[in-house]
Amino acid sequence: MRLLPCGDSGLLVELADLDEVLALYAELVDDPPEGVIDLVPAARTLMLRIDPARTDLTRVGRVVSSVETRPGHRPDAGRLEVPVTYDGADLADVGRLTGLGERGVVEAHTAQEWTVAFCGFAPGFGYLVGTDDRLTVPRRSVPRTRVPSRSVALAGEFTGVYPRESPGGWQLIGHTTLQPWDLERDPPALLLPGLRVRFVEA
Amino acid sequence: MDHDRQAHDPSSTWLEVISSGVLTTVQDLGRPGLGALGVGYSGAADVPALRLANRLLGNPESAAALEVTFGGLEVVAHGGMTVILTGAPCRVAVDDRQVGAYAVVWLPDGATLRLGPPHSGLRSYLAVRGGIDVPLVLGSRCTDTLAALGPAPLVAGDRLPIGRTTAAHPGVDVVPVQVPEAGDVMLRVVDGPRADWFTDAARAALVSDFYEVTADSNRVGSRLAGPTLDRARDDELPTEGMVCGALQVPPSGQPTLFLADHPVTGGYPVIAVVVPADVPRAAQLRPGQRVTFTRVSTGTQSRSM
Repeated sequence: MRLLPCGDSGLLVELADLDEVLALYAELVDDPPEGVIDLVPAARTLMLRIDPARTDLTRVGRVVSSVETRPGHRPDAGRLEVPVTYDGADLADVGRLTGLGERGVVEAHTAQEWTVAFCGFAPGFGYLVGTDDRLTVPRRSVPRTRVPSRSVALAGEFTGVYPRESPGGWQLIGHTTLQPWDLERDPPALLLPGLRVRFVEA
Repeated sequence: MDHDRQAHDPSSTWLEVISSGVLTTVQDLGRPGLGALGVGYSGAADVPALRLANRLLGNPESAAALEVTFGGLEVVAHGGMTVILTGAPCRVAVDDRQVGAYAVVWLPDGATLRLGPPHSGLRSYLAVRGGIDVPLVLGSRCTDTLAALGPAPLVAGDRLPIGRTTAAHPGVDVVPVQVPEAGDVMLRVVDGPRADWFTDAARAALVSDFYEVTADSNRVGSRLAGPTLDRARDDELPTEGMVCGALQVPPSGQPTLFLADHPVTGGYPVIAVVVPADVPRAAQLRPGQRVTFTRVSTGTQSRSM
């Protein structure tokens, strides 16, 4: 664990891998240290944003260093089945890149349990990690200027669902009828860190 | 009219937008605590200016006001109301009468308020006693321009309901303030979480030469032009959390100074972070203004200049 200060309003905790990030986030999310106002899990880091009027980075760093995490432990945000129509514009490319073919991509995507690791890029955009790396693909070399809302996509070790129409460089493999971001819902994000997701063919 | 923000009470008090200038948004203290959902803080770019305006009107400091970018706003009062302008000082006219910035002003029913361009600085705050009473979205009335949360930027014809208040008037009607600086500005930085991703030459250049604020700047961040900041390593940084004031360096080597609507996470290394006390001054920099950075050690940065 490395503690990297960001000004005096943020502490970036760098960890070995995503499992360690999720294990630490799981310990802190329900009872964050005094003065911590935001927790932002990411691929290898957990950002703690603090209110400098209520605490300081030294104190928060001390608390974080003393947390005993349980290896492999993840925040529990429940389970969800996400129906997907596998008709994405990049499905054939992903089949070639992975050597799995189009059917193989669908089978690999539906066969494993995915976990929402963190959100970013846009409100409600969850980065989901699977249990094997068969679907690890690069981003498109040229991002699209317009990716339709609710597109299901792959990039790097992650899969995700675009919460609204936006530019994007992920490889599109399908679309879902679920709405990942809805302000009328509480919380508005469907794909919260720790949620376990199964994709099923619609 | 694109979107009706008027309370459906004919006796209510509201502002009608005649012209929104370059960019006018509703801002308050933002949406802290939702980073795990991918939602940033947003809120006023110059928080002390917003807080001051609200205090002088007897509002809670968290009340929503209008953040006006480079003046140009024109509004009509429907129902009398008390207002004040803080932040970048503009010429303020009520009908044909000139009034001052940083002074409490009564807008009678039917009066038109016009803002000229600011003498210095970029962002002015027009606050109204009672606050701008648009609906809350995730606990805030602010517009997050990156996440597209909250009310859309104002357009001509918008109607902004004004809240009611019975709070006591503070009894202060003008205050001495430090106006945003014209000319070159010095901002204090501390080493960022990824300072070690850069060459010693880059870390030295950051604090020894001028950076100019480019026209490609907005509430997300100010893009700066100056000495190229070269990296000491070429690997890709895994996405990580960002803070306001971060100087993030994309492959071009030209830094972006993150402001209120910065992305929650980013994939480029942060070489340095502007200390929180200096971020409001950074938010007042205009395109063309030059900035120098001076490195301070962690732990001294909370004190205001």
